[in-house]
Amino acid sequence: MTEPLLRVDDLEKRFGGIVATDGVRLEVMRGEVHALIGPNGAGKTTLIAQLSGSLAPDAGKIVFDGVDITAMPQHSRVRAGLARSYQITSIFRKFSVRDNLALAVQARSGSSLSFWRPVAAETQLAEEAEGIAVQVGLGARLDAPAGSLAHAEQRCLEVGLAVATGAKLLLLDEPMAGMGPDESQRMVDLIEHLRATVTVLLVEHDMDAVFRLADRISVLVSGAIVATGTPDEIRTNAEVRRAYLGDEVPA
Amino acid sequence: MQRALTIVVLLLAVAFPIAMQAIDQTYYVTMASRILVYALAATSLNLLLGYGGMISFGHAAFVGAGAYTASIMIAEGLPSAWIGWPLAMAVSGLLALAIGAISLRTRGVYFIMITLAFAQMIYYLTVSMKAYGGDEGLTLTQRATIGFGFDLKDDATFYYVVLTLLVGALYLISRLVNARFGRVVQAIRENEARMEAIGYPAFRYKLIAFVLAGMLGGLAGALLANQNSYVNPGILHWTESGKLMIMVILGGVGHLYGGVFGAIGLLGLEEVLANHKIAWLAALYPNYQQHSLLGVGLAMLAVVLYAPQGIAGIFRRKRHD
Amino acid sequence: MSLILILEQSLNGLQFGLMLFLLAAGLTLVFGIMDMINLAHGSLYMVGAFLAATLVQATGSFALGVLLSIPATAAVGMLLEVAVLRTLYARDHLSQVLATFALILIINELVRMIWGSDMPLSAPGALAGPVQLLPGMPYSAYRLLIIGVGLAVAVLLYFVVTKTRIGMLVRAGASNREMAMAMGVDIKRLFTLVFGFGAALCAIAGAMLGPILAVQVGMGENILILAFVVIVIGGIGSIRGALVGAVLVGMVDTLGRAFIPQILREFLTPAFAGAIGPALASILIYLIMAGVLFWRPQGLFPARG
Repeated sequence: MTEPLLRVDDLEKRFGGIVATDGVRLEVMRGEVHALIGPNGAGKTTLIAQLSGSLAPDAGKIVFDGVDITAMPQHSRVRAGLARSYQITSIFRKFSVRDNLALAVQARSGSSLSFWRPVAAETQLAEEAEGIAVQVGLGARLDAPAGSLAHAEQRCLEVGLAVATGAKLLLLDEPMAGMGPDESQRMVDLIEHLRATVTVLLVEHDMDAVFRLADRISVLVSGAIVATGTPDEIRTNAEVRRAYLGDEVPA
Repeated sequence: MQRALTIVVLLLAVAFPIAMQAIDQTYYVTMASRILVYALAATSLNLLLGYGGMISFGHAAFVGAGAYTASIMIAEGLPSAWIGWPLAMAVSGLLALAIGAISLRTRGVYFIMITLAFAQMIYYLTVSMKAYGGDEGLTLTQRATIGFGFDLKDDATFYYVVLTLLVGALYLISRLVNARFGRVVQAIRENEARMEAIGYPAFRYKLIAFVLAGMLGGLAGALLANQNSYVNPGILHWTESGKLMIMVILGGVGHLYGGVFGAIGLLGLEEVLANHKIAWLAALYPNYQQHSLLGVGLAMLAVVLYAPQGIAGIFRRKRHD
Repeated sequence: MSLILILEQSLNGLQFGLMLFLLAAGLTLVFGIMDMINLAHGSLYMVGAFLAATLVQATGSFALGVLLSIPATAAVGMLLEVAVLRTLYARDHLSQVLATFALILIINELVRMIWGSDMPLSAPGALAGPVQLLPGMPYSAYRLLIIGVGLAVAVLLYFVVTKTRIGMLVRAGASNREMAMAMGVDIKRLFTLVFGFGAALCAIAGAMLGPILAVQVGMGENILILAFVVIVIGGIGSIRGALVGAVLVGMVDTLGRAFIPQILREFLTPAFAGAIGPALASILIYLIMAGVLFWRPQGLFPARG
């Protein structure tokens, strides 16, 4: 059996008396789209924060691509190939779409301790940024300030920033948050397209999207994984149905 | 258009001392040097505040460290500016490294307070330096020497040296903010968390910016000490940090010439209020010139409340009309 | 370094610390509830001292003058809040810092224009002499009064904050402003009241410390920084933290200045000790603040959850 790209062992996180992450065990295989679902308050975003490195766990281990990254700071994990997108849009509002993406590209293309040569002269950065913009559907909005984008466009930029880091594993935290059906469909197509080159851990509430995209699904309830399996296995899992899916399961 | 304007202003600045000499008003050359030195100090803070978004309330510490280093060199018999001024920058840079390494681990109001506290520490340190005047300060027997037959004691020469350094610094900063480093620092100001999330060690870049600003402030300090031929702990007092911040806001935070506009604005205002009688004010309150700080304070308050974009903001708005 | 001297300096430290507490309490409430950095807080302390000095002269009675200065300063504080400071609540911290810094300059000059650079204020004649606390240890009766006043105000504050309705509103506002507002608290009036109350505390401190530290323009700036150090150490928004922090700072500063040069002289050459002793004493509290910020950035008794 091949090594998982990401392995999480007995991860724990407590905030005072509240247990946010309760011994989470998770594996994400290379090349798959692995969905993480669960009711509100289950601790999904907290888990993503620990995986991406912005929050330190109290106990447990995170192994990425064979390396123990539990103590690694966030920016180092990005360099190692693990990047996230945010549930609440976090972009550079005053920068143009192109410059937003160029920033992410710049982080992995040589040193930023350059004080003289104007960035604008680096056509290679701009070209790569433009390529990613087209990939996420923002090809027509390259010069627009990110803050002026419509909500759905900002969500695309949000994912685009993570993609632009060149990461092997993308942690996407509710990329479809606040999107209507057409826009969600486009996001589904985007993730489907990304599948060819990256591994994805997808946190989502949109069950249609989840069941369409996911190779495997893990269910997080009250900070612990209660089930992992293929969409069919999860769909028919009695405990999961009871705890979470209810009537939302597509036929 | 902008380039033409810059060249015109530069030519005027170069011609200024000659013109003043012609009409026998060389006092204004000294005043202009003083404004230019403060412009450099304010510009160094603008780098930190405007581009980096770091509200440091202890910048006077770096200006003061540079001033004292330059002064001590002269006092100890090493008057060459080629030694004293780079050393001033090195000392203030190292100080900035130490202070920044600790302070930048905090955020928001805590950052403001801790930079303030460090500046106060340096202030008390200089007060206790009895060997170099302590509370009384240190009077310099001469200004630094730069060789090549130039004498810095001549006000016009000193003015040109300061002007050259200021223009040089502004040019370097203009390159820096458009280079990779500048982009990163400005992006960190906008969204530090996301910068970490796309692979930038934000702390490292903030610290480098902090050190660069400190070094530039140290150079300004060295010039200030030479300008006055005197240095005392007062330049390290936190109210001096406040004045520098006001200059930056007044001039335009994050604008290349923000520090310059602010220094001209604030020092100009001080000068006008203190030395030029305004008829209607005198009629209202005969002694008003002894209370020029009141006018300065009111002006500052007005800027913060009603024109937070500063002088540069007025230009920005005009261009959009 | 006799025991008597240590005791005496400890009492001095306690006295200074308690007055510092009065300033810090007002400051921490304003910061905690209104999320506003107010550098002009020291100016209210100065105004309080000047008003007290004037009223003492006018009435001929120390007690009366000081008592009257309290509502007078509170009025000045509330006027300032309504006229200028209110607009700053919504602004960012940088704007608050700069605007209140400008206010320091303005108020300093206004005081100078109205009163001149300084005013005389002496302790009441009845308390001018020393009191024998212990055999062989005379201590200024006036300083004992200051300690008494400080403790009384601390107890009063404790009572008001924990046992009264307004105190509960203040505590609620300090720990969660949005929630307090959502629950229908008249935030505007509460803010003005808190501000006035802070100003009143400043007046007491200014008036009581006036005879010891001299009533002069600029007296606010030095003590202001100490007050900020106190609330950072104690925890922003916490009155208990302000008390602990203030007494700590007062004691460390006073005892440090008194004894560090001496202690250093035991270990180092007199010249060296003489050079760094006073410097070390001055920076000691800043080192403590830096340490607290480093290891426990929310302070010793954080009010916010």
